[in-house]
Amino acid sequence: MATPWSLSGALKGMFSRKTIDDETWDDLEDALITADFGSDITDSIVAELRENVRKYSTTDPEDLRRMLRETLEERLARLDPTLTLSARPAVVLVVGVNGVGKTTTIGKFAKFLTTRGRTVIVGAADTFRAAAVEQLATWAERGGASIQKPQQQGQDPASVAFQTIERAQREGVDIVLIDTAGRLQTKSGLMDELAKVKRVVEKQTEIAEVLLVLDATTGQNGLAQAEAFIEHAGVTGLVLTKLDGSAKGGFVLSVQEKTGIPIKLVGQGEGINDLTGFTPHVFVQNLIGR
Amino acid sequence: MATFGNLTDRLVDTFKNLRGKGKLSAADVDGTVREIRRALLDADVALEVVKDFTARVRERAMGDEVSKALNPAQQVVQIVNDELVTILGGEARRIQFAKNPPTVIMLAGLQGAGKTTLAGKLAKWLAAQNHTPLLVAADLQRPNAVTQLKVVGEQAGVAVFAPEPGNVGAEDAAPKSFFGGGGGNPVKVAKDGIKFARDKQYDIVIVDTAGRLGVDAELMKQASDIRKAIDPDEVLFVIDAMIGQDAVATAKAFQEGVDFTGVVLTKLDGDARGGAALSVASVTGRPIIFASTGEGLDDFEPFYPDRMASRILDLGDILTLIEQA
Ligand SMILES: Nc1nc2c(ncn2[C@@H]2O[C@H](COP(=O)(O)OP(=O)(O)OP(=O)(O)O)[C@@H](O)[C@H]2O)c(=O)[nH]1
Ligand SMILES: Nc1nc2c(ncn2[C@@H]2O[C@H](COP(=O)(O)OP(=O)(O)OP(=O)(O)O)[C@@H](O)[C@H]2O)c(=O)[nH]1
Ligand SMILES: [Mg+2]
Ligand SMILES: [Mg+2]
Repeated sequence: MATPWSLSGALKGMFSRKTIDDETWDDLEDALITADFGSDITDSIVAELRENVRKYSTTDPEDLRRMLRETLEERLARLDPTLTLSARPAVVLVVGVNGVGKTTTIGKFAKFLTTRGRTVIVGAADTFRAAAVEQLATWAERGGASIQKPQQQGQDPASVAFQTIERAQREGVDIVLIDTAGRLQTKSGLMDELAKVKRVVEKQTEIAEVLLVLDATTGQNGLAQAEAFIEHAGVTGLVLTKLDGSAKGGFVLSVQEKTGIPIKLVGQGEGINDLTGFTPHVFVQNLIGR
Repeated sequence: MATFGNLTDRLVDTFKNLRGKGKLSAADVDGTVREIRRALLDADVALEVVKDFTARVRERAMGDEVSKALNPAQQVVQIVNDELVTILGGEARRIQFAKNPPTVIMLAGLQGAGKTTLAGKLAKWLAAQNHTPLLVAADLQRPNAVTQLKVVGEQAGVAVFAPEPGNVGAEDAAPKSFFGGGGGNPVKVAKDGIKFARDKQYDIVIVDTAGRLGVDAELMKQASDIRKAIDPDEVLFVIDAMIGQDAVATAKAFQEGVDFTGVVLTKLDGDARGGAALSVASVTGRPIIFASTGEGLDDFEPFYPDRMASRILDLGDILTLIEQA
C-alpha cells in the first residue's frame, strides 16, 4: 500500500540532522523535485533559501523548514484566487487535456453553487467522447443543475454552448458551466475548435471564467498544457484535481509563476462535495505537513 | 519542447569542447552526466530512477570502453541510449494467450488514464486477427462508465457483457458504497463475464475496471479481489504518459495491489516526454507492451523501446550531430 507522499516524509532526513549542511541542501532539492516542482523552480527555491539561511546566519533545520513554508506560501499567494461570477448569466468554460476531471469538476462545482443558492445550467459541449453527455447528465442531476444536451449526434460544440447560454438568458439562470471535450494541447485542429467555441460565446455575452483543469499527477507537461490553453482559450483560472492521491501537483507553482494565472479551485475526490477553493496555506500545509 | 532541443545542443557543445582531447576526464564526464540528469528530470523520470541511471552511466563512461573509443563523446551517448533501451525492455513483448481459451485480460490504473478506451482498441485489434473478444463492464463506479464501454464496444464491433447499469443515479458518488452495493458488485460481474465468455465461446475476455488511486486501500483490495476471481492471463497497468514523479509510488502500489503483468503507456500522441515509461519499467521490472496514441480506436501500437529512448532524451539525431561536431 502506498502511503500518501508528503514533503515532510521526503524531508525527514533533512530535519533529523542537528545542523544545516550540504546534505540538507541535497535532501531539500530531492524533495522538491519529487513533488514535481521541476528543476527551474527547485533551483530558485533552493537558491532563495540558501540566501536566507546566510542572511540570518542560522544553522537550525527548523528555521529552514519555516522559511520553506513561508517561501512556498508567499509564492503561491501572489495571485488572486477569487472567481469572478457576478455577471448574469456568468458563463464558465471548462477546458483541459483528456481525462483530467473536467466533467466531474463541473458536477462538483454545480453543487457548490446551488448549495449557495445559485441556479446553474450545464452545457454538454463534449459531443465527441463516448457517453460524455450521459456522464454529465448524471453529474448535473447530482449537482442540482439543469442540462442542455446536443440535439443531434456529433453536433458542433460551439452551437451547444450557444444554445446553453441562450436558454440561461431566457430562463434567467444565474450560472452556465460548459463542458468541453478533452484535447491534447498539441492538436491544432482541436485547439482551433476550442477557440471557435470561445468566439461564438463571446459574441453572445462576456465570458466570466475560462477554467483550465490540471491533474495533480501530471509532471512537467503541465506547463505546456497551460501555455497552449491560455493561447487558444484565454484561460482565467486553474483547477487542480486528484489531490486526494499521492501526487502533490508541485508543477502548478511554475504554471502560476510563468503564466500569471491563479489556481482557483481544488478537487480531491470523486464525491460531489470534493471541491474547495484554493488556499495557499492549506495547500502548503498538506505538502509540508505539521 | 524547446528545453529538450537544448539538451542535444548542450551535449553537442560539451562534446565539441572535448574534441581533440582524446580521453574524457572525470570532470568532463561529470558535466555530461549533470546534463543528462537534468534532461531526465525535465522528462519526468522519477528521481530515484534518475540517480541509479546516472550512476551507471557515469561508471561506464569512466571505463575502458570509452577511453579506448575512437570518439569518446559519441560512445557516451551510445551508452546512455543502450542503458535506456535495456531498462525499457529491449525487445517488445507480445500479449500472452491462454492455452485453453478464453484468454483473460484485466485492465487497471488511475482515474482517467485511458483504460476504457484501451479496452475498445484491444478488442478491435484482436477482432481483426480473427479473435472473438468480449468486453466486460466491471467499472460500476465512474458515472456512466458502463454506457461508455457499450458505445466503445459498438464502435469496435465487439460484444459487451454489461449485466449491471453501474453508477448512473443522482445519489452521491461515494465509490465505496458501490463495493457490492448500489451499482452492483464488480467482482461478480467480472466472474460472470468469464463464465459467459466460456459458455458463448468468446476466445478473449477484456475486463474494464474502475480507476483507482494507489493510496485507496479499499479500492485496491477490490481490484485484487477481481484479479483473484478471474485469474487473468494478463493484467495490464494503464498509465498516462503525462504523469510526473508520482509514477513510481503509483506503479508500486498497483504492483503490490494487483500485481500487473504488463504496462500500457497512453496519450503518447502529445508532447510529454514520457519519462514515466522509464520509471515504471525500472521500478517494477514489468514490460511495456503497448503505446496508446490517440482517442480513435485504431490509435495504438506495440511499444518500441528504442523509439521511447530517443523520445525521453530527444537523442534522435544526436549521434549524427556528434559525428559532425
Ligand atoms: N480521485 C479523484 N478522481 C477524480 C477527481 N476528479 C475526477 N476524477 C476521476 O477522473 C476520471 C476522469 O474524470 P472526468 O471528469 O471524466 O474527466 P474529463 O476531463 O471530463 O475527461 P474527458 O472528457 O474524457 O477528457 C473519472 O474516473 C473521475 O471520477 C479527483 O479530484 N479525485
Ligand atoms: N489523446 C489521447 N487521448 C486518449 C488516449 N487514450 C484515452 N484517451 C482519452 O482520455 C480520456 C479518458 O479515457 P478513458 O478510456 O475514459 O480512461 P479510463 O482510464 O477508463 O478512465 P476512468 O474509467 O474514469 O478511470 C478520454 O477522453 C479518452 O478519449 C490516447 O492515447 N491519446
Ligand atoms: Mg469529460
Ligand atoms: Mg474507464
